[in-house]
Amino acid sequence: MKILKYFSSIMLILITISCKKDDININLPNETDGLKLVQSIKNDPFIIDLYTVSGKLEQGYNEVFFQIKDVEGHLIENAQASWSPIMHMMDKSHACPYSSISLVSDSKTLHKGFIVFQMAGNDMEYWELSINIIVQESPYNLSAKINVIPASKKRATTFTGSDGKKYVLAMVQPTQPKEGLNSITALLYTMENMMSFIPVNGYTIKIDPRMPSMENHSSPNNENLTQKSTSFYEGKVAFSMTGYWKINLQVFNEAAELLKGEPVTNENESSSLFFEVEF
Amino acid sequence: MNKLGIIFLFTLCSSLAQNIWAQEISDEYLDSIANSYLLDEVIITEKKDVINKQSKVLSSLDAYLESNNAINMMKRGAYAAEPMLNGMASERSVITIDGMRIYGACTDKMDPITSYVEITNLSKANIQNGQSGSCHGGTIAGSIDLVRQHSSCDNSGFKGMLFSGIESNNLQKIVGTKLSYSGTRFFSDIDFTFRDANNYKAGGKEKVPYSQFTKYNLSTTQGWKVNLRHSLTASLIYDRATDVGYPALPMDVSLAEAIITSLEYNFINISPHIHSWDTKLYYNHVKHIMDDSQRPIVPIRMDMPGWTNTAGLYSVIQGSKGKHSWKANLSGHFNKSFAEMTMYPNNPNEKEMYMLTWPGVATYFSKIFAEDKIQLNEQWNTIATLGTAIHYDEVKDDFGLRSLNIFYPELKKGNLRWLKNAGINFTYIKGILIQNTGLAYGERAPSVSEGYGFYLFNSFDKYDYIGNPFLNNEKSFEVNTSTTLIFSKFNIKGQINYFRIIDYIIGVPQQDLVQMTIGAKGVKIYQQYKNAHLFNAQIALNYNILDYLQLSGNLIYRLGKIEKESMPQIQPLSYNAKLKFEKNEYLAEIQVEGAAKQMHYGKNYGETPAQKYAILNTTIAKQFNISLKHKLITKIGVENILDKNYSTFSDWNKIPRMGRNFFLNIIWRF
Repeated sequence: MKILKYFSSIMLILITISCKKDDININLPNETDGLKLVQSIKNDPFIIDLYTVSGKLEQGYNEVFFQIKDVEGHLIENAQASWSPIMHMMDKSHACPYSSISLVSDSKTLHKGFIVFQMAGNDMEYWELSINIIVQESPYNLSAKINVIPASKKRATTFTGSDGKKYVLAMVQPTQPKEGLNSITALLYTMENMMSFIPVNGYTIKIDPRMPSMENHSSPNNENLTQKSTSFYEGKVAFSMTGYWKINLQVFNEAAELLKGEPVTNENESSSLFFEVEF
Repeated sequence: MNKLGIIFLFTLCSSLAQNIWAQEISDEYLDSIANSYLLDEVIITEKKDVINKQSKVLSSLDAYLESNNAINMMKRGAYAAEPMLNGMASERSVITIDGMRIYGACTDKMDPITSYVEITNLSKANIQNGQSGSCHGGTIAGSIDLVRQHSSCDNSGFKGMLFSGIESNNLQKIVGTKLSYSGTRFFSDIDFTFRDANNYKAGGKEKVPYSQFTKYNLSTTQGWKVNLRHSLTASLIYDRATDVGYPALPMDVSLAEAIITSLEYNFINISPHIHSWDTKLYYNHVKHIMDDSQRPIVPIRMDMPGWTNTAGLYSVIQGSKGKHSWKANLSGHFNKSFAEMTMYPNNPNEKEMYMLTWPGVATYFSKIFAEDKIQLNEQWNTIATLGTAIHYDEVKDDFGLRSLNIFYPELKKGNLRWLKNAGINFTYIKGILIQNTGLAYGERAPSVSEGYGFYLFNSFDKYDYIGNPFLNNEKSFEVNTSTTLIFSKFNIKGQINYFRIIDYIIGVPQQDLVQMTIGAKGVKIYQQYKNAHLFNAQIALNYNILDYLQLSGNLIYRLGKIEKESMPQIQPLSYNAKLKFEKNEYLAEIQVEGAAKQMHYGKNYGETPAQKYAILNTTIAKQFNISLKHKLITKIGVENILDKNYSTFSDWNKIPRMGRNFFLNIIWRF
């Protein structure tokens, strides 16, 4: 009898524990650990929670995450989603480079993509993010004004190349620069029209990091950015010390023709095209 | 090679063998022979007291070392000159205090080990040329061991000394005291010296700004004689220099501080053949803070602090049997060197710029060294030395490793080296002739800066230097020979040594790299040349005109080549002559010193030739004996009487040396 009593109580405990586990799985996924909520976009019956690592949307490249919830707060699994960010200026509207949306691997609810805001919003001009979702084969649209703050350091730039085309160039990495050799990655888009930006392939982005506060000295063993296996342009940038670095840029097309940017010389302190890093 | 040993053997053979020559010479004469021998070794025999011998008794240790023909002092200001032995900078020699390894904490060599000792607590500087100096580490040029004085348990009771000095040129004030007690089982010594100097004036009253310094030195030794054969000695040096200006450099030093501690165990008369066994454990910490806060105009404000910690031990055993007298030393040390640089941008909104200039470099070193002196016969004796060492260093700091990875992506962590040295030396003594000839081979590991320095600015050639962790050991073959002739009133010694250095380490400009330092010309990375040659020659003579009147003179010449090009910072033909009068309590000295124009200079290393110069110094001293126990010694003198404005090859960026200087030294012994 006694044994049965023990056995049943152990079983009871085990069942409770396993039930609890289920509860956690359903209601409290920790997929957003390490992310901060930017804002929620609401349109009955759904709410979209936007996340970034910093909790902010900044001018330049942004990796954006979101989850879709119903009004009771249940996360929606395996929804399909697409988005389009639009800048509403005083006299016109335009879009910006952005990726398609995919689910974060091993997740059923957390969506991910990136947006390159080539400019920040202000009181009069603002970005609007419109997200289309398909849940159980029914389409919905959620959209809201989003706050894109100016970046303290230049991480994205727009320019017109010598070929007459307009380009957007944005630095993706390093997000946390360190002393030594850093991986540097960037995205390069060309503007097809106001609403369409397409990735550019096969170009070379030459980098020349300099410290303007220290007589504009450079660093050795940098590696220019080229596309390796992905659409991202990848290279190496060396920071020989902490502080403010200006990464001067020159963009060359597939034919090695200079489209934009000037070499840094004793007479020319800076290229017109550059990124900034401070750490 | 080991001159002390030669003297010992020489005296032994001359007195024991009772040969005619030995009978003829007086004790005093033997002393003078000893002195002529000791031209290589600044050594004080009389009262174990360096200050007795110096004409300016409270002179700096730098001036004292510079009086040795083998040494040049590279001056960057009025303080802490870098000793160069046999024409080679300090990374090619081993500089120790009582056998202890200490690493300077300044990336710009502004704090050589010699700056952490005071002349008032020094017994002698043991200078050994080439591989005879490899007992405590791997060396090319030799070694300088600063041997401090301490009492012994001779029951002589309480003794003391008060001293003070003043110099007119830079208003240097010196005060200090020294107290010692000696019992039968215990002795205790303590001494303290304080120096404070303003800017000095070069010849023609030219002010040399940023040449001031203030220095405190406290040194103490406690000894305990356990019994007749065993004793223990504990020692501490605390040295602190503040507000030290370096007129030849773009930065000054707000603090240079060293704490040097040791515990020694001595065991003597172990057996008839084993005379002594001394074991010492030591630890020292050096902190050096370079700043530019006193300079009104700088391109950018920066701080460059550095720290080193060294812990080590050595155990040396000495004995003799038959014709052999031998010594074996087992030593080891661990060092960590760390230096950083913070630059403050002129734009206050920008972040500080920070980097590691010595990226937390740890060095582990262990060595076995043995020496055997063999008395072959009455005329011939020989000294053989043999040593081997393991040197391991690694970058401990991840930040520093990442920095070096910019240049050396494949650099992992550690670097193991095996160092070897061997030497043999023959001495022949007959009649008035002493002939000495030696051959040796030795190796050294690259220094912390040579291996791992990161953008270290050298204000001499105006290049930023980057270390190279993949350097080979630097190797040296050396030949030395000296001839001494001893007459009744006159002796003369000629000496030549030649070093052929293989894989000579020196910075080489890199066209594709851009300097970091504002105003620098470019970047050099330490690389190696297959062949470098260094030739040193000197003639020294001594003439006792009368019992109380002595004339001495020296002529020195060095020549250095890296492949076919002239090596930088090599002494041109230099000379000095001194007439010394010494009778009863009076001493008077007049000295002329000078150099010819530097003909061979390192054109490729940014060096311009040093001009010829000659200066005149004089000293007059009188000792006042107040009572048997109390003695008052007063010395006054003038240096550079003619107020000549000059600089030598060893003045960094050719800063002029001190002009006319009157000094007064007073010592009261009780």
